[in-house]
Amino acid sequence: MAYLQLDNIQKSFGDTHVIKGVNLEIDKGEFIVFVGPSGCGKSTLLRLIAGLESITSGRLLLDGKDITQTPSGKRDLAMVFQSYALYPHMSVFDNMSFALKLAGVSKDVIKSKVDYAAKTLNLTQYLARTPKELSGGQRQRVAIGRAIVRAPKVFLFDEPLSNLDAALRGNTRVEIHKLHRALGATSIYVTHDQVEAMTLADRVVVLRDGLIEQVGTPMELYDRPANQFVAQFIGMPSMNMVEAKAIPSFSAQTGGRLPADGFLGVRPEALRVHQGQGIGAPARVELIEALGADTLIHIDVGGVPLVARQNERTDLQAGDAVSVELDPAVLHFFNREGRTVAA
Amino acid sequence: MDERRLPLILRAVGAWIVTLLLFFPLGWLVLTSFKTELQAIHVPPLFFFEPTLENFTEVQRRSDYLLFARNSLITSIGSTIIGLAIAAPAAYSMAFFRTKRTRDILMWMLSTKMMPAVGALVPIYVIAQTAGLLDTRTALTVVFTLSNLPIMVWMLYTSYKDIPPEILEAARMDGANLWTEFRHVVLPLSIGGLASTGLLCLILSWNEAFWALNLSSAKAGTLATMIASYSSPEGLFWAKLSAASVMAIAPIVVFGWFSQKQLVQGLTFGAVK
Repeated sequence: MAYLQLDNIQKSFGDTHVIKGVNLEIDKGEFIVFVGPSGCGKSTLLRLIAGLESITSGRLLLDGKDITQTPSGKRDLAMVFQSYALYPHMSVFDNMSFALKLAGVSKDVIKSKVDYAAKTLNLTQYLARTPKELSGGQRQRVAIGRAIVRAPKVFLFDEPLSNLDAALRGNTRVEIHKLHRALGATSIYVTHDQVEAMTLADRVVVLRDGLIEQVGTPMELYDRPANQFVAQFIGMPSMNMVEAKAIPSFSAQTGGRLPADGFLGVRPEALRVHQGQGIGAPARVELIEALGADTLIHIDVGGVPLVARQNERTDLQAGDAVSVELDPAVLHFFNREGRTVAA
Repeated sequence: MDERRLPLILRAVGAWIVTLLLFFPLGWLVLTSFKTELQAIHVPPLFFFEPTLENFTEVQRRSDYLLFARNSLITSIGSTIIGLAIAAPAAYSMAFFRTKRTRDILMWMLSTKMMPAVGALVPIYVIAQTAGLLDTRTALTVVFTLSNLPIMVWMLYTSYKDIPPEILEAARMDGANLWTEFRHVVLPLSIGGLASTGLLCLILSWNEAFWALNLSSAKAGTLATMIASYSSPEGLFWAKLSAASVMAIAPIVVFGWFSQKQLVQGLTFGAVK
């Protein structure tokens, strides 16, 4: 049975229907990532689980108990906020021990728990400082420490890395990953960054307009997206989306599997660009983006802009005439409504 | 001379002129309180004279200074405590549980201060009379509280607005209920605003004269009414009037002197951060 169960959760703010019926079952120890574009309702959904917003209709069950109406403080969940939300007037130690203090835990126990968490997060030497004397990354670790100390049933992360600079974000992402491995705690993590989603998640929940588009492991979403939206949302750069009849040569290469009025989806790495006119569709190079490890080639195939990615560097230059070939093994087909059709 | 220093010097001179202009009446008041009645009306005015304390003893003898002082203390401290007790939760709810009408309510509260107090004199007088509260400290405390409430709510509202709401949410997630959240998080983070609001309310109540004069006389009168009693009926006694004034304002001036840092901080809330 699921550890945390969302049963047809809905939320309205006045007349605005924000979450339109979400069903989800999360197992114990799972790392779940909510991902989606701005305004898709991912943060709202997290706040509903946290109890910071009231659920309009539906039920929320944790460990077999209905917690739909339970106040935040009694749900036994811990949250790491985007802004860290540390208590500015308290030392790091007091920040991390606040919940235990309110719960009436004895001082010795508090001290040992905080010391342990501080050691895990490399915060031992900062315990006496106040948040404003810490760097962004250290504040972030205190916020995580505050959650760990409580050993809650579920960890909730609301875009915890978006206030950090790029380098620190990468490091902290790895730390969170390791931490989850070590603690095995059930976690729900909200982000708009698909790299975070892909690297951290056991399962990713893709949301759009208050509804779940697809739930699956990162590779399932990448390899078998349920629809055009997921296909284009996951993967960087986005999957190329071509109308069925736009490039006749491509249609021919698919071997008749493409619905006549549907769409063909091609990941950038599934496009092979050859110098000069040869096999495949004739095209023209628009722009080269050399990223070092790989190279993005923007091409124009009879008026349709596409992006190809290859690991090798290229001698091609903007304006060159090329031909483009598909990798037939990794193509995606969508019908007119954007739903995936079996390949 | 360095060209950049000239504007600085001009500004300093300007500041001193304004300061002296503002200070002069107060300084003259203090000087006069140490003169005899004859010296007080002397033409040309005297700056150097033999100081006397007779006005102060006379004021204490003629009108029980300590009674008025006690009334002032009780009404101003009382109205400050009651005001804070009402304004703090009101501002809290408006700052952290906003609705579409929150702004309107705040504006409406402030707008009550735009009406001249005399506009409400008759109804309030009649109410106080009917309730048998004329010339009681209760009536003054209630009226002081009510007239200060809009400003108190506003000041506390702005100081609460400086607290990021996520911090309160974090406290809620940590298991805080409404009281522990207020006690451990909101209070320590807004203590500056709370203190300066209290200070301002105390000063406004202490100096309040309009309602004190109209609703009280011998029993519940505050120091403001004591000063007034020296002005008209027996002719003008400048030296005694000055002595009474000095005695009335001295406590609050000393108090304000020591708390000025807190006051400035509170009144410029948000502007500094």
